Amino acid sequence: MAVRVLMPALSPTMTEGNIAKWHKKEGDKIKSGDVLAEIETDKATMEVEAVDEGVLGRIVVPDGTQGVKVNTVIAVILEDGENASVLAKMDLGGAALAPAAPAAPMAPANVAAPQAPAPQMSAPAPAAPQGRVFASPLARRMAEQSGVDLNALRGTGPHGRVVKADIEMALSSGAPARAAAAAPMAAPSYMAAPLPPGQPGAAYEDVPASNMRRVVAQRLQESKQQVPHFYLTIDCEIDALLKLRADLNARSDAYKLSVNDFVVRASALALRKLPKVNASWLGTAIRYYKTVDISVAVAVEDGLITPIIRNADQKGLVALSEEMKGLAARAREKPMKLQPHEYQGGTFSISNLGMYGIKQFEAIINPPQACILAVGAGEQRATVKDGALAIATVMSCTLSVDHRVVDGAAGAEFLKVFKGLIDDPLTMLL
Amino acid sequence: MAIAKKKDRPGGIPEASGAELLNYYRKMLLLRRFEEKAGQMYGMGLIGGFCHLYIGQEAVATGIQSALGPGDAVITGYRCHAHMLLAGSDPKAIMAELTGRAGGVSKGKGGSMHMFNRAGNFYGGHGIVGAQVALGAGLAFAHWYRGNDRVSVSYFGDGASNQGQVFESFNMAALWKLPAIFVIENNQYAMGTSQQRSTAVRDLYRRGEAFGLEGLQVDGMDVVAVKATADEAVAHCRAGQGPIVLEVLTYRYRGHSMSDPAKYRSKEEVARVRAERDPIERVRDRLIEAKHSDDEALKEIDKELKGIINDAAEFAQSSPEPEASELYTDVYVA
Amino acid sequence: MVALTVREALRDAMAEEMRADPDVFLMGEEVAEYQGAYKVSQGLLQEFGAKRVIDTPITEMGFAGVGTGAAMMGLKPIVEFMTFNFAMQAIDHILNSAAKTLYMSGGEIKCPIVFRGPNGAAARVAAQHSQCYASWYGHVPGLKVIAPWSAADAKGLLKSAIRDPNPVVFLENELLYGQSSDVPDGPDFTVPIGKANIVRQGRDVTITAFSIMVSKAMQAAEKLAAMGIDAEIVDLRTIRPLDGETVLASVKKTNRLVTCEEGWPFAGIGAELSALVMERAFDHLDAPVMRVAGKDVPLPYAANLEKMALPQVDDIIAAAKAVCYKT
Repeated sequence: MAVRVLMPALSPTMTEGNIAKWHKKEGDKIKSGDVLAEIETDKATMEVEAVDEGVLGRIVVPDGTQGVKVNTVIAVILEDGENASVLAKMDLGGAALAPAAPAAPMAPANVAAPQAPAPQMSAPAPAAPQGRVFASPLARRMAEQSGVDLNALRGTGPHGRVVKADIEMALSSGAPARAAAAAPMAAPSYMAAPLPPGQPGAAYEDVPASNMRRVVAQRLQESKQQVPHFYLTIDCEIDALLKLRADLNARSDAYKLSVNDFVVRASALALRKLPKVNASWLGTAIRYYKTVDISVAVAVEDGLITPIIRNADQKGLVALSEEMKGLAARAREKPMKLQPHEYQGGTFSISNLGMYGIKQFEAIINPPQACILAVGAGEQRATVKDGALAIATVMSCTLSVDHRVVDGAAGAEFLKVFKGLIDDPLTMLL
Repeated sequence: MAIAKKKDRPGGIPEASGAELLNYYRKMLLLRRFEEKAGQMYGMGLIGGFCHLYIGQEAVATGIQSALGPGDAVITGYRCHAHMLLAGSDPKAIMAELTGRAGGVSKGKGGSMHMFNRAGNFYGGHGIVGAQVALGAGLAFAHWYRGNDRVSVSYFGDGASNQGQVFESFNMAALWKLPAIFVIENNQYAMGTSQQRSTAVRDLYRRGEAFGLEGLQVDGMDVVAVKATADEAVAHCRAGQGPIVLEVLTYRYRGHSMSDPAKYRSKEEVARVRAERDPIERVRDRLIEAKHSDDEALKEIDKELKGIINDAAEFAQSSPEPEASELYTDVYVA
Repeated sequence: MVALTVREALRDAMAEEMRADPDVFLMGEEVAEYQGAYKVSQGLLQEFGAKRVIDTPITEMGFAGVGTGAAMMGLKPIVEFMTFNFAMQAIDHILNSAAKTLYMSGGEIKCPIVFRGPNGAAARVAAQHSQCYASWYGHVPGLKVIAPWSAADAKGLLKSAIRDPNPVVFLENELLYGQSSDVPDGPDFTVPIGKANIVRQGRDVTITAFSIMVSKAMQAAEKLAAMGIDAEIVDLRTIRPLDGETVLASVKKTNRLVTCEEGWPFAGIGAELSALVMERAFDHLDAPVMRVAGKDVPLPYAANLEKMALPQVDDIIAAAKAVCYKT
């Protein structure tokens, strides 16, 4: 890969310098230790030595240029086997500068530098010509959480590494966000786009959408637009389940099982039995998950979040219940206390609106998962049993299915197993 | 200056009562039957790693241990099953240690070479050749520090006798007059290297002379002689006369460990010792000659011991493997 | 509080524990009549007599074994090595006899012993007498390893070590023996094993150090402060069990770690700490961990080379600046 030669800092206090003289010309072979150029600082003239080998591909900043900021690209060394065509693809920072105007101040290398005018932010040059962006683990995590696009930043650390200071600078100056921030936590300061005017005569208030709201909006929109949903509904009878739940809860004050805990357990066991449903569409393949990680939708103040119960099929009711309570509580704290790994991922989702009395609904799939189960309220309904009317507590559950991954029969089979477990809940204790 | 002396008693065998002889017979036969079973179980793949058998050397530990009293400390190297048995450990727990089971004396974490019995004053069971000699001097030091009349017995082989720390221990023990009995179990082979090929001066009972240590030598295939000599050594220590070296001439019938190719000595040599000097046969002959016992009664003892050993083998195979949680226990005292 | 030298603090710790427990005794070369090769045991022979303050022959392996055997029987020996360089002759007993016996015996045989003495480089004594053993002993399960810096920690931790039912390797430093600092009064004062101490609070970079390197880290921190870098200094105090939680909490705050030790870098304490933060605080790191350690050479005699080989204040400053991306 071609190597950029940057304007070096030749003293601890140097921020800029002049290119006094190039000792090599374009096309010269360079070996480590060769003097490339002389640099003038306010204190002295010093030599810049090459630390890489190759051919001097381009002198970006010519002889006599004044006021070149430290870390500006001043030349490019091509490695063995590379030809000048790679130069065209490289971002050379100040390369656009015409050699005819050598005395003009160089554009700053750092997009976050105060001189950089805001409009340039919308189309920043990529930091690295190819491959991954170097960023410290902390910077990477901060970028992920704040939605800052690492690709849009130029790192000030060694080898162009994006570090904490760069993210902080970007956030304070308004940084471009990634197209899809996977897991926002703190609200970053986005560049405000102009909002459309309201209806004439209507009174309104525009409330800026939180980061979480934006992510929810974007992901659900993508899902409904791109994932071919179909829906299967089944009625479960939960009288036995309610009795078992009451019995179990009466045995100890150490736990309090909810209906939803049974739903999670039944789903997990059904998924283990029918791994076809525990899957994702990859475009050219279907990924079948070997773990059952259930995302459970939790409503929070400014949106919803889906904390994950990992390996749910290996956990008993009490463990599921406790884990769910803990996750939900931390999801609702402000600021949210969940770690990204606690809500990113998951292989299947459950959304339960039974507590609001909703009889039945269809949920939007949480990509890249293939299915989401929408759980309604348990309510007494008239049912016909053996030709006679009877009263049963019925809970309608609707599975939203990604048809690319799961066909109708497979989805139906899942619901059948699920219903079997819910209707005869002792079987899920096995 | 104390002078080393030989105590191989060519002139005659010391007296021993019928009860004593029967006691020795029973103990030595227990050791032998245990080791035979261990060898058999090793061959069946039930015992792993190293396994050093004591067969042939039974009179040494039996004779010396019979001279000790409560509170006297014992320590040895890796050939330690016999010492464990004589310290009163349950054969079941020893055998289960060999099979690496939860019921083992060290919970399956020590194995054949690392077994201990604190209540029986047996301090191991050490896998590093010679280390037990300095540790044994430390046991003697503890007796000396506490001002009691107890002794410590450190067993080591002719091979270990060439380790530098043995001499360091002799020096300190002599300097501080520690009640330490240094027992050199000379079975003539340091693993596969005969004494002739490893040791410049082969009179090991003289090994402490440079430190002023008295040394005794005794026929280690004669339990009565070993006991009588050990009595002298113990008396020497209890009287506050400091340490003493006791060389016990013995022979191991089996290999150094189970993987011994036995190329370094002839089968005839082993067979001759077995036929002429076997410590158990010698006691048996004396018992019958002096009509202290008869064939039938001795067979009965053998039968009873075999029962004990079979129970031990049974237990060692049925005891479960240690719980996974044992991996992290006993690293530190909480 | 009373101002004591580290030397006096160590002596007081031994004296107090020997007064409190007749099973505690001191053995080693020159500990009695000579009053200690480095005068650490000054006065102990006079107070406790020749039975409890025992001059040994020059026979490290032997007396380490004797001490370990005595500990197996329940005594609580303090075995002094004139320096830890000589304990190489005894390392078999420290590892194989003392550290492993509890485990091998399934908990049957305890070994309450302290191996102590000066560790690391002194001044101009060259390669064989100048080595840090923190990572050597820190490697071994079953051992506890302590390396104090202040006089208070020297006393409090040595008392804890003597009372501890496990074998403890207690690494002192000759150059610290004469350093004075405040020590809480009274025989009840102890410092718990396994707890690091934040000796300087800071925001920008965590610097871990132990023993004499804490002094150098403190000097570096003063100079760094003048450059606008606010360093937090964690005195590890105990090498094993290492107080990883304190280090991790600090790194999570500062996002940067510089480790300091006098020993060699390869598989050293810094390497261990690097792995620790990588495994447990990766997403908090804003820069790679940097190790300040002795150079990877036997310690030379020549004054200039010795200085180059040993980690200096400037090395710590350079590392701290590097991880803070300050030039």
